[in-house]
Amino acid sequence: LFRKRLWGGSFTEIFKRFGWPLCWLEHLSLHNETGLDPPGIRVRAVSGLVAADYFAPGYFVWAVLIQNLARIGYEGKNMYMAAYDWRLSFQNTEIRDQALSRLKSKIELMYVTNGSKKVVVVPHSMGVIYFLHFLKWVESPPPMGGGGGPGWCAKHIKAIMNIGPAFLGVPKAVSGMLSAEARDIAVIRAVAPGFLDSKFLRLQTLEHVMRVSRTWDSIVSLMPKGGETIWGNLDWSPEEEHDCDSAKKRYLQCSLSEKNTNHSNEKRGFQAKERMKYGRIISFGKAASELPSSQLPTLGSKELLRTSTSSNSDASCGEVWTEYDEMSRESIQKVAENKAYTARTLIDLLRFVAPKMMQRAEAHFSHGIAENLDDPKYAHYKYWSNPLETKLPEAPDMEIYCLYGVGIPTERSYVYKLSPSDRCNSIPFQIDTSADGSDGGGCLKGGVYFVDGDESVPVLSAGFMCAKGWRGRTRFNPSGIATYIREYQHKPPASLLEGRGVESGAHVDIMGNVALIEDVLRVAAGATGAELGGDRIYSDIIKMSERINIRL
Amino acid sequence: MSMLKRRKGSETKKASNSEPQTDKDYETREKERDEKQKKSKQEDYENNKKRNLKKWSCVDSCCWFIGCICSIWWFLLFLYNAMPASFPQYVTEAITGPLPDPPGVKLHKEGLKANHPVVFVPGIVTGGLELWEGHQCAEGLFRKRLWGGTFGEVYKRPLCWVEHMSLDNETGLDPSGVRIRPVSGLVAADYFAAGYFVWAVLIANLARIGYEEKNMYMAAYDWRISFQNTEVRDQTLSRMKSNIELMVATSGGRKVVIIPHSMGVLYFLHFMKWVEAPAPMGGGGGSDWCAKHIKAVMNIGGPFLGVPKAVTGLFSAEAKDIAVARAIAPGVLDMDVFGFQTLQHVMRMIRTWDSTMSMVPKGGDTIWGGLDWSPEEDYECNTKKIKSNDTQTVSQNGKGSSGNAKHANYGRIISFGKDVAEVHSSKIERMDFRGAVKGSNLANTTCRDVWTEYDDMGVGGINAIADYKVYTAGSILDLLHFVAPKMMKRGSAHFSYGIADNLDDKKYEHYKYWSNPLETKLPNAPNMEIFSMYGVGIPTERAYVYKLSPAAGCYIPFQIDTSAEGGLESTCLKGGVLSVDGDETVPVLSAGFMGAKGWRGKTRFNPSGIRTYIREYNHAPPANLLEGRGTQSGAHVDIMGNFALIEDIIRVAAGATGDDLGGDQVYSDIFKWSEKINLRL
Repeated sequence: LFRKRLWGGSFTEIFKRFGWPLCWLEHLSLHNETGLDPPGIRVRAVSGLVAADYFAPGYFVWAVLIQNLARIGYEGKNMYMAAYDWRLSFQNTEIRDQALSRLKSKIELMYVTNGSKKVVVVPHSMGVIYFLHFLKWVESPPPMGGGGGPGWCAKHIKAIMNIGPAFLGVPKAVSGMLSAEARDIAVIRAVAPGFLDSKFLRLQTLEHVMRVSRTWDSIVSLMPKGGETIWGNLDWSPEEEHDCDSAKKRYLQCSLSEKNTNHSNEKRGFQAKERMKYGRIISFGKAASELPSSQLPTLGSKELLRTSTSSNSDASCGEVWTEYDEMSRESIQKVAENKAYTARTLIDLLRFVAPKMMQRAEAHFSHGIAENLDDPKYAHYKYWSNPLETKLPEAPDMEIYCLYGVGIPTERSYVYKLSPSDRCNSIPFQIDTSADGSDGGGCLKGGVYFVDGDESVPVLSAGFMCAKGWRGRTRFNPSGIATYIREYQHKPPASLLEGRGVESGAHVDIMGNVALIEDVLRVAAGATGAELGGDRIYSDIIKMSERINIRL
Repeated sequence: MSMLKRRKGSETKKASNSEPQTDKDYETREKERDEKQKKSKQEDYENNKKRNLKKWSCVDSCCWFIGCICSIWWFLLFLYNAMPASFPQYVTEAITGPLPDPPGVKLHKEGLKANHPVVFVPGIVTGGLELWEGHQCAEGLFRKRLWGGTFGEVYKRPLCWVEHMSLDNETGLDPSGVRIRPVSGLVAADYFAAGYFVWAVLIANLARIGYEEKNMYMAAYDWRISFQNTEVRDQTLSRMKSNIELMVATSGGRKVVIIPHSMGVLYFLHFMKWVEAPAPMGGGGGSDWCAKHIKAVMNIGGPFLGVPKAVTGLFSAEAKDIAVARAIAPGVLDMDVFGFQTLQHVMRMIRTWDSTMSMVPKGGDTIWGGLDWSPEEDYECNTKKIKSNDTQTVSQNGKGSSGNAKHANYGRIISFGKDVAEVHSSKIERMDFRGAVKGSNLANTTCRDVWTEYDDMGVGGINAIADYKVYTAGSILDLLHFVAPKMMKRGSAHFSYGIADNLDDKKYEHYKYWSNPLETKLPNAPNMEIFSMYGVGIPTERAYVYKLSPAAGCYIPFQIDTSAEGGLESTCLKGGVLSVDGDETVPVLSAGFMGAKGWRGKTRFNPSGIRTYIREYNHAPPANLLEGRGTQSGAHVDIMGNFALIEDIIRVAAGATGDDLGGDQVYSDIFKWSEKINLRL
């Protein structure tokens, strides 16, 4: 299997080695302590444009964009795919593979060979945070950074066109880490309850997936950042006025003048029903997700101590190891008793349930908001990927775009329950798929609260920095880099023949959205943001951001 | 089915026979009637059955047959998929005994670690090319490989393929509306076609001692265009420079080991001059760039002085392989296969590729020999077979036979007629073709869209060429200028084939001299090492016997005379081709001369005294079919899987010097031949 794709391509290895899917998982997981390769295994990122043009046969990611760029004359010499090992933490990609140095050298080379024309960077999804990290890294002095000097970004970069950016993280990452399930898996579990929990092919699928994904540091970078200030607390959240019905309506009849319906609907929703408590990213039981905060038991998460470490696991559980086994039943109960977790307390929760992973990851990522950006501690690389704890580089001519889809319900918070206490079923929590909202507020569906977004990233996370955090001259953006928001209204493909649609707004499918591609091509050909028409907004992002009280 | 029915029929018959017993008259009548009925029924039935049987045999058996084949096929596929990956190896080991460890594993056990970054420079033809922009006919091929891979497009739409692969006849760059670019990354040349490895074995072995993508780099370039044009169009040289600098920087200042193969050797020679030349024409790296960044250059099968094969390729689009094919099936290649003239099209395409001209023999008569003299003249083809078994007898054999055997006139690279190839030069009557008028146009409308420059040449011109009889390396250039003026005009702006008199002459700063080792100085890098690694022990094309092809309007007027066979005593001449020792493509002389003499010690071509090593690998064909292309092969491309060669490379990459490897390793007569060459050093 030397130099064969373990991830991406047809994934045949999982099926082909039907006796050894464990072997596959073993190779993909990283070392639990260092977050680097386990001894004797080297899995490396594929390089070149082939790295991510198609994820699996027929499932394009970058291919459409590349093809369209080629039409206006781009080719291998002026396109570069900065492939990196997305399992590692960002700084580790530099330590192990020198991926950041490579990216820097490639950008410099392209800048020189194309007659000193600045590059346009097009990161997607987590790549957005990766590139933020790069921006800081490249201008930092050598031992920790790339030593490019303070003018590097201004000299080499024309524009950053973030596609589906997860600037402030995604709630999906939390549920992924807590119980290795997102909505997709929760739905499967609801449909076929026995299927995933049974020892399918003699291995506990979910447990294994969780064990592997917990060794991937990069997932931690996607945790919600900014705590309660951004994501809301027990009683408050910036999106609370979001009306799911109206969202649906809007999503069906886009031709209606948006502003009007928006307003009226919102007013109605305002008075008619209770606001959604999106701030409680995880709550145990549907009731807990709706109660006012005064009625919630206030068990400080600090009290969650490992009272008794009598191990739950016994021999019958086989070789599956997750950290839950080390937690006693009582402490699991206590976790559940705490009822509701906000973006801030979540981190405590995760520290409690996955201590090793968080210990590793917190050396690489930070999720707070900086009080004083000039504090020397912010020179450490763990702050570089958090837009709320770094300053943008000194590059007034640069432009930053936030391009993302809207109009698809996106996971925002979850209703959990304790899973039936089965010994080997070692993940003690699962999404409560029976929790459905009443007819009035359809935001709660199958245990998941939805807001507007692109199916993976909520609008808030994607748009806030461009709409407010960096808009104008703020402390996060001292040189006043121009920011533009370009939203793309989701339209499902009209017929099956269209495949994944040319007007899609979904997180990955948006890479085939013709309007987005046109914007990227125009900028690559030299247009500025103002020439594109400035902002283009369909969602309530501006209003939501105004509600967020952050010092700028 | 038929069996069952028959049995039923007989039962009913019995039953009806034993039925009524009451009224005998009635019964008998009845019986007769019954019997009649039964007979007719039975006949009907028989007929039906026959018809059924016929139908069954036709349709059903067909279906059964197909069904069986399908299920067997599925079953085999299933077995194949279920087979553990180590099964073929297991079978091989069961038959031939345990295989030796691959060198990577062996050296890993010895404790070697990845040390110096490695750069691969692929040769001509082996690098993949992909389509970035094309005409209508190439719809849907975006970023698909046109060259390399399965070559599926060659069969599906040959004309379209030829059109896209050709370059512009005047500029030597892409024709308008077509952009074909090299594939980048290690995938560019690890496998040429599916299952036909080029670099893959080497890469796999390097990975065993810890190499990975970050310290291996495949300097893929568009091998069709001239070396300087790769920089002008794709900035390939800048890219390579930047990558080498990056790898040196990220690996803590360790210098790189360069491994060029075939034409890549010349390309890298060009690079070394380019990178130190000042900015507008060169890379502006400064005069110590090579010294700072390069540890060793390990040339595999390098045609430093060109290959005779390139001449025939340009002259008549055929090499030994095609000539043999023509001899076996005379009609096939000349026919209008699929409505187009294969060879002509191929020739037209090849002639637009500037890079093939980098491999025309360099150094003229001084290196390749004159009419009556050549450095390899005492090479004995018969002894070659003995030699491959016992290398020590070589010199004795050479001496012993030189008295008896006639010298083969290798210097005459192209001669018209077998007798011309053998008689002494004083007996040859030659007519100078240079002044010959290119007469009336041969081309007529039946030639369709095929265009070769031969059409512009009159019969007079063609005859004049044949009348000159014999061409040496020096006069071959004139010949090519005569038959392909446009190509040579383009080519001579990019390549040069002479020997420099005074290397300090200002004119040698021009890039067209950079890829000719006889017209450039090596960089000033006394710590660098240059290895010449190549296979020996395979007959290699060196000179050709030509004839005029039957005069038909549209054809290439010359072809190799495959009927020209040597006598019993000298088997060097076979099928119109005189061969010498080499690796099947590159003669030993071309691959080894620079290392053995031209650069050995401090010479004017090597002012800083860079050490050179010659590593020859004797060819041993694979012992059995299971071995595939062999682990001891010396053939031009298969040598990349030669374990001894891979071991040498890994050792050098891990830090060894040439002396650690054991210095020179020579099986051929390269030193003797080099001495015969009278070149001022």
